[in-house]
Amino acid sequence: MADPYVPELSWTVALDLALLTLLVVCGIAMVRIKRLFGVAMLSGVYSFLSAAFFVALDAVDVAFTEAAVGAGVSTVLVLSGMALTSKRERPVTQQRKIVPLVIVGIVGAALVYATLDMPAYGDPNSPANAYVGAAYIERSPEDIDVPNLVTGVLASYRGYDTLGETLVVFTAGLACVLLLGAGSARGGRNVNDLAETADRDTPASPRPLTDGPR
Amino acid sequence: MEERSRDLGMGHVILRVTIKLLFAPIVLFALYVQFHGDYGPGGGFQAGVILAVAFVLHALGFGLAETKAAIPPRALTAGMALGVLIYAGTGVATLLMGGNFLDYDVIDPDSHHNAGQHIGILVVELGVGLAVACTMLQIFYAFAGREAEPSDDAW
Repeated sequence: MADPYVPELSWTVALDLALLTLLVVCGIAMVRIKRLFGVAMLSGVYSFLSAAFFVALDAVDVAFTEAAVGAGVSTVLVLSGMALTSKRERPVTQQRKIVPLVIVGIVGAALVYATLDMPAYGDPNSPANAYVGAAYIERSPEDIDVPNLVTGVLASYRGYDTLGETLVVFTAGLACVLLLGAGSARGGRNVNDLAETADRDTPASPRPLTDGPR
Repeated sequence: MEERSRDLGMGHVILRVTIKLLFAPIVLFALYVQFHGDYGPGGGFQAGVILAVAFVLHALGFGLAETKAAIPPRALTAGMALGVLIYAGTGVATLLMGGNFLDYDVIDPDSHHNAGQHIGILVVELGVGLAVACTMLQIFYAFAGREAEPSDDAW
């Protein structure tokens, strides 16, 4: 790890390049495709590719999360959300494409410019590796003694942050329940539950009103 | 199943048999990820998502009503809150034991191999796993329960 990272054409670099190329291709395909089903599936593919890329970067925990959340749950949620809207993207006029293109171009150029300042991959003197990071790695065997350092940092050193993250997840779920009304916390029923028992034979209205918790 | 169900996938026998085969291994894998988080990649968050995915798969194959009968939305709301309470409660417990908030060392102060930390992390991750699993499934319920799923030839 002491030598500076020199990109020469080895199998790892070739794999990284292939994965990044596929990511770009996937992104362009998502923009081009008008069928939302295809876009949803491609976003799952995109997540899997980034998960593979994270594995290549030795960030196994992040890759795991990306594969489970990004490729798994997100795709299902996007698909079930898509079932509530149309199946195709509405065509956009040529004029309305210009401003977003300019914005994306500027932001992209700024991001590329910002990466020039970034420390090399695996640089031991980079801020991420130098201060607390180094202290965590050094002291974790005595402080926590958990083989997976990531879990140690996540649940013990950064216990507050993880509590906050759990609360964020909880709040997101609560907001979904309150807004979309999957039955209230007090056990109230929404229209869909009633409709399932009462209007089983009559065709369902395209968008039933939902009776939220009172 | 002669009755034409509103839920996706009814009548897909291959799908349902496959889901039956996959369901238990997925749940087992979720438990492995949950309790092996100290030793390998994984932890409460990933385990919760995997556990929720098992039930999402069940809902896709057997219909949302079946899954809702197995795990009612009310139980999920309670589970969400319970998960957060387990996490925050661990912090309060360490406070009451004389330490700082979420300072797991006070759980077993005389241990030479940081048993307090291990117990604390395990309990906290359990809370995260429960909260995440219930939240993910609850969000899925909220979305999927809104409207009849589109027929197969819709796309």
